[in-house]
Amino acid sequence: MIGGHEVHVDAEGFLTEYEEWDEDLAKQLAANIGLDLDDRHWDAIRFLRDDYEKQGETATLRRVTSIGGIPTKELFELFPKKPAKKMAYVAGLPKPAGCV
Amino acid sequence: MTMTMEAPVPVFEDEATGRKIAIICSKGSLDMAYPGLVLANAALGEGIETHLFFTFWGFDIINKETMGHLQFTPVGNPASHMSPMVMGLPGMTAFATHMMKKQIDGIDIPDVPEFLEMITDAGGHLWACRMSADMMHLSESDLYERVEGIISASDFIELSEGAQTLFI
Repeated sequence: MIGGHEVHVDAEGFLTEYEEWDEDLAKQLAANIGLDLDDRHWDAIRFLRDDYEKQGETATLRRVTSIGGIPTKELFELFPKKPAKKMAYVAGLPKPAGCV
Repeated sequence: MTMTMEAPVPVFEDEATGRKIAIICSKGSLDMAYPGLVLANAALGEGIETHLFFTFWGFDIINKETMGHLQFTPVGNPASHMSPMVMGLPGMTAFATHMMKKQIDGIDIPDVPEFLEMITDAGGHLWACRMSADMMHLSESDLYERVEGIISASDFIELSEGAQTLFI
């Protein structure tokens, strides 16, 4: 259970079912890791969701910058320290598998 | 019946763990530049303080003149899967470099200058080796503008205190 939503997660707490995510849940996930989402966070999260749907895997930071158009610096501001993993968590996706 | 319980929250260890990584880049060929850059970028993505120290041939990675034109040569590299006869042919380095760059680009990995930009945007620190600069008669103006300084070996030892250090 996450904030009243019944969902499936892995051992670390990342959602395992793409369809179980919604924006309301994202707010709860963000709050769990101390983030308060604003429009810029949402741009990144929506890109990650759309890209996953098309590609079948979670975008790396590099991809969020090169394809999603969000600068690296901004990603580190929005999701401090570990942007790739934090974004994936809030977007209800697995951790990115790519190296760069 | 399915068990329902409160889902775990991943531990992202926001509080500084004190982990620190220093990477010494001593080679200037295309294939030897990337390992340091990839690892530095990965470390930064994990929230780890990261320093890159460029020395000897590694200077080519931060020298404005050369950074965009690093080369890969299959000569003397048994992992290149080419016959030794073919490796030494004229134009082979240019060809192998072209092929490698194409492969790198094909998986959306940035070229060297853009990679350094990404690393510094992520908070990474770039340092140049004093002795190499002196040997090659280069000053800060010859180097990529995001290099923070030309420092001595002892300066590097000082700033890498407590860091896990990799020599590439």
